[in-house]
Amino acid sequence: MTEFGLTLLRLSFLAGLWLFVIVTVLILRRDLAQPRESRPATAGAPRRTRPARAPKAAKPAKIPRSAGPSLAVIEGPLSGTVIPLGSSQITLGRAPDSTIVIDDDFASSRHARVYPSEGAWIVEDLGSTNGTWIDRTRITSPTALPPGAPLRIGRTTLQLTT
Amino acid sequence: MKRPTRRNFELLLLVMAWGLGVLGTVQVGWATGEGLHPRLWITAAVVGVLALIAHLIVRWRVPYADPLLLPLATLLTILGLVMIYRLDVAAAQRAERVGAVPPTPDVYNQLTWYAVGVTLFVLVLLALRDHRILQRYTYTAGMVGIILLILPLAPVIGTTVNGATLWVRVGGLTFQPAELAKILLTIFFAGYLVVTRDSLALVRTRVLGIEFPRPRDLGPILVAWLVSLAVLVFERDLGTSLLFFGLFVSMLYIATQRRSWFVLAGALFAIGAVFAYLAFGHVRVRVQVWLDPFAYADTGGFQIVQSLYGLANGGLLGTGLGGGYPSLVPFANTDFVVAALGEELGLTGLIAILLLYAVLVERGLRTAVAVRDPFGQLLAAGLSITLAIQVFVIVGGVTRLIPLTGLTTPFLSYGGSSLVANWIIIALLLVISHRARRPLEGQTDDASMPTQVVSR
Repeated sequence: MTEFGLTLLRLSFLAGLWLFVIVTVLILRRDLAQPRESRPATAGAPRRTRPARAPKAAKPAKIPRSAGPSLAVIEGPLSGTVIPLGSSQITLGRAPDSTIVIDDDFASSRHARVYPSEGAWIVEDLGSTNGTWIDRTRITSPTALPPGAPLRIGRTTLQLTT
Repeated sequence: MKRPTRRNFELLLLVMAWGLGVLGTVQVGWATGEGLHPRLWITAAVVGVLALIAHLIVRWRVPYADPLLLPLATLLTILGLVMIYRLDVAAAQRAERVGAVPPTPDVYNQLTWYAVGVTLFVLVLLALRDHRILQRYTYTAGMVGIILLILPLAPVIGTTVNGATLWVRVGGLTFQPAELAKILLTIFFAGYLVVTRDSLALVRTRVLGIEFPRPRDLGPILVAWLVSLAVLVFERDLGTSLLFFGLFVSMLYIATQRRSWFVLAGALFAIGAVFAYLAFGHVRVRVQVWLDPFAYADTGGFQIVQSLYGLANGGLLGTGLGGGYPSLVPFANTDFVVAALGEELGLTGLIAILLLYAVLVERGLRTAVAVRDPFGQLLAAGLSITLAIQVFVIVGGVTRLIPLTGLTTPFLSYGGSSLVANWIIIALLLVISHRARRPLEGQTDDASMPTQVVSR
């Protein structure tokens, strides 16, 4: 093998390594660009809601870009999270296996569930301590959730978008 | 809405990683004058099949998982294999010159461990549908983790190599249980902090204008500190001790978002460091060598000085694989594999490798941000942080940024325990990532079942 060939091989190996890195970064970018369905705003302690986050949470219209109904968290530590609603129910509460884990002292483990029924989305309180509220009323029986109305659980507010 | 799974990108990157491995091996052969390795294609085929198996299992079990984790880990493993092969060649050539018996090549051992790693990777993906199951075993994981950590001190099976009591020998096989312990302890920390973080974050006393936790809440951090110190005292291993303490403090911070933990941890670390410096000769030697390696160039500083010469010899573009003298550094294929790679691939190559690690850790942390349950968040963050700390400690040590401590370079170093443990970490991250990224419509296993009311 000539010296020239070896140099060529050496540089092409480095080029290959960098090509790998560049492709990796391109995929990373592409992945960031796609609409994200779930993005909890904070990973840790829920109590320190930063004031800077409030205006961001105030415009939930930007978030639901996907077709079909979805439930967006517009207030609270998870604000920004959008859960697309399919044919199955979703559960809310502090229990770690809930669809939306609401880490809040005012939420119960199995707080509420949202399920589809005859074209509407029904909210049912599962015997929570502090209640599930639609707008200003505490619900006592399974209630249809009107689109746009704030659904409150503890410090978290959610909104249905169809 | 159909979410892209990005599995084809993963396949593309895996093919690239495999191609780089073949290119590197060919280059080593030509540059060292050995010619093409007779078993090049068989070895390449084995690596390719292993990568393909991993990829297919990912496609089947966790189709929505992050597309970058697997290729990054595979490329790093392959680079490690190429470098170990290159150092085997160097060792064989030296033996030939001296007329000694050529040593057995290490690369086949490493390849076997890669196969074991992929096997465990597959087993984790097959057995673990949902990472939240692990939360049930919080304290079991903690117990087993601590037992594994102290296992090398057991009388018959514990083994001391180069002054550090880190190995367990059963039959002819040696294993570093601390590598597995780090996964189990991450599970324990995650499970423990999910339960206790509210009291750790909220109940504070104010001292000198900074909020500190109550004395009784300091228990866990003190225990973590004492265990780290115990590892240092009895097993004489600085790296593992640093890793555990750093991991615990980082997870504590992520769980509570309180910066005061760093103040506390910094103080504890300083006390521990001063104590270790005063009490242990080997720690003192490490620090002195770090401050002035050339004064000890023939004794304690030989390794680091050779490594610095190697990096200098590599320069910007490196000597090319097979063109340098990386085997002049003792333990070039384990602790100093970064120095060997830095010499032969140069700064350009080393930065690329560090970027691979950076992206790997970033994807892990991104998984932590995206997942919807607090246990998963802490577990993913903890596992990524273990990788980050390990890379920082060893690369920093080799390049003389911080005192040298023996830790393995994830995926690159020669050594089975570390490789296998890191592949398990990748599998766990993929499971968490799949659950974080998949669309909810596809959730048939738990969401379609009637909600159970479980009293706790």
